[in-house]
Amino acid sequence: MKQLVEKHPLAIRWFHWVNFPVLSLMIWSGLWIYWANDVYRIGWGHTTLFKFFPQSFNDALHLDHKLAQGMSWHFVLMWVFFGNGVLYVLYTIISGEWRYLLPTRHSFREAVLVTLHDLGLYKKPLPVRKFNGAQQIAYTSVILMGLGSVLTGLAIYKPVQFGWLTQALGGYEFARIIHFVLTLGYVLFFIVHIAQVVRAGWNNFRAMVAGFEVEEINPATHEIVAGPTSLPAADASLSSK
Amino acid sequence: MTEPIRTPDPLTPKPRQQSEAAVLADARRRSRRSFIGLGLASLAGLGGWRWLLSRPDDAGIPHPLRQVLDANGRLSRAYFKETRLAPEFARSRARTPRENGDVGLDSELDADAWRLRVQAYGTGKLQEFTLADIKALPKVEMTTELKCIEGWSVVVHWAGARLSDFLARYPLATRNGRPADPLHPPADLAPYVGMLTPDEQYYVGLDMASALHPQTLLCYEMNGQPLTPGHGAPLRLVTPLKYGIKHLKRIGTIAFADTRPKDYWAELGYDWDAGH
Repeated sequence: MKQLVEKHPLAIRWFHWVNFPVLSLMIWSGLWIYWANDVYRIGWGHTTLFKFFPQSFNDALHLDHKLAQGMSWHFVLMWVFFGNGVLYVLYTIISGEWRYLLPTRHSFREAVLVTLHDLGLYKKPLPVRKFNGAQQIAYTSVILMGLGSVLTGLAIYKPVQFGWLTQALGGYEFARIIHFVLTLGYVLFFIVHIAQVVRAGWNNFRAMVAGFEVEEINPATHEIVAGPTSLPAADASLSSK
Repeated sequence: MTEPIRTPDPLTPKPRQQSEAAVLADARRRSRRSFIGLGLASLAGLGGWRWLLSRPDDAGIPHPLRQVLDANGRLSRAYFKETRLAPEFARSRARTPRENGDVGLDSELDADAWRLRVQAYGTGKLQEFTLADIKALPKVEMTTELKCIEGWSVVVHWAGARLSDFLARYPLATRNGRPADPLHPPADLAPYVGMLTPDEQYYVGLDMASALHPQTLLCYEMNGQPLTPGHGAPLRLVTPLKYGIKHLKRIGTIAFADTRPKDYWAELGYDWDAGH
């Protein structure tokens, strides 16, 4: 029989959906700022494999000549990005959600299996848990990346008053590079995240909006018998009876 | 195992005896409510965004954004300490920076006729100085990073007189003519200083704490050579506490003020503080 199973607490859903537009606008305004000194590339010597960013990219998105506007939006929205991130971390600590989110010593092996499974190279079913090892690593990493963006951002925003931080991050120019690379990291995260959400299907996506999943429960044992994702291991409210 | 007594809570699973149809109806109801909620929240966010963009322009950006930038500046000034120095580099790393701005440098420079005009705080009396007067002050050299607001930076070796030494020798920044000691600023010290090119086409404003910082120089040499006209001869401002846009070239006038002096780039959407 089918049953509703709670998955994402309301607070986490809010943090998630506030972060999405705010981080998008941070990246967008960041592109306006970056345009004014768009020197990064992948290559060596005089060989350039890829330039950040090609002229066509700047033209298509109209990124040019918006440095002042970009900086003003960046230095306003940074507060929202930072505040939302701090509240999220505090919430996960106080509520105990961190137990599902932090990787354990098994997560790395599991992450390899999940990756192989998603590539169709590993056929056995994956462990049934709220977040698998790959998710734990991804969701924890992206928070650390957020911290990295705040710290490198501060290091290039106030390189004299936070000179110790700027020096610790390799100096003014290197901190700017880290800040940029972290942004590329968010874009990569976003691409994989969207692909996985599409794969996982409606039940999983709806949980990030409405909070619950509909699961098939064995009426005799009350154990979950099917579902794209399932109860967290530590949540014994259904299975322990 | 005994089950702890639960109080009814909408977030805990429904009683098991519920029929499948009832479960699915419940799911539909909760989904509908949540998606409508997300939709309304998105509309509210979009509305807030459009409202922000519709606010009156305040020097190139919507007024609320300007207010946040100014609040950031106040926070930054509260944290500011004059003992925190910009890092210095080996002199061998010094390079010639790009000439990245010529506003205010249109006219031919007549080096002999040039005078630094300083308007005393309070009285408003003008006093003139020659380059020799500035060079008579202790010469300070430093190799620091010049950071452009565009995002690039370059290490440059500068030499000149500290603005704080100048204002200690010529106490023009206080109402009663006392020297302005950066560590113990007198109560009647001007809160702001403004600088203009001789033709008044380019102008910057500084808070007094940045102006009195030991690395803020009235600079006359770059990389061991007298300044070229393109780099601000005969005298320019150099301060690693601020982006290059504040490093006014060819200083004509220095004046003190109770409110933020006008600033060329701050009028075009940039942060007035533009500082580090």
